[in-house]
Amino acid sequence: MLEIAALHIIVPVLLIVCAVFVARAKDLINAVLFLAAFSLLLSLEFYLLQAPDVAIAEAAIGAAITTAIFVVAIRATKREEE
Amino acid sequence: MSKIVRTVANQLILFIFIFGLYIIIHGHITPGGGFQGGAVIASGAALMIVAFGSSRIQKGIKEKHLSILESSGAVIFIGLAFAGLAAAGVFFFNTLIGSPVFGHTPPTGPNPGDIWTGGIIPLMNVAVGLKVFAGLSAIILVMALASSGEEVEE
Repeated sequence: MLEIAALHIIVPVLLIVCAVFVARAKDLINAVLFLAAFSLLLSLEFYLLQAPDVAIAEAAIGAAITTAIFVVAIRATKREEE
Repeated sequence: MSKIVRTVANQLILFIFIFGLYIIIHGHITPGGGFQGGAVIASGAALMIVAFGSSRIQKGIKEKHLSILESSGAVIFIGLAFAGLAAAGVFFFNTLIGSPVFGHTPPTGPNPGDIWTGGIIPLMNVAVGLKVFAGLSAIILVMALASSGEEVEE
């Protein structure tokens, strides 16, 4: 039980760290990869909160499909932020 | 993409598809269901599109075919609902309950789960999974084609 309580502290802190990296990254591909890591951590948090259904959907949609869509969209525009 | 990415994608794609089908087919007894399994299969399709390039995928599977698949998923779903209306006079009536196919009574107490339960719910999960897979794959395929500078075939 202590490990689960520790994970409830660690995972939100890592989520905030990932979100800050997403906001501050100058290379947009880096930002998208941090967003994918954010989604994976969020699905882990959903699983810890006893919602495996939402966790599967978040892992598939957030980590895989939005990443592919963002990478495809960035390839059509500029990679670096102004 | 590089040869390493293509080889790994070739090896992984079968496992991703099987895992997605497992989530869809066990949707009525374990977490997951049509939407989650369809999204997993669509992420496998996204992997193939990113690894092999949209123009090469376009030779085999066109956006038109995915549109037909998506529509057929919706037609199967609503057709099952109207089958209940025709059989018992109630929309979405579970017509398969009691039949040997998906019609078993669920066991009570701790049990490993019986796949042949749920009536038409597993079939509706399959329909929803087909629709979600085709829809999300079509979105990614069209976006990849549009950003690669080639003409999108209607």
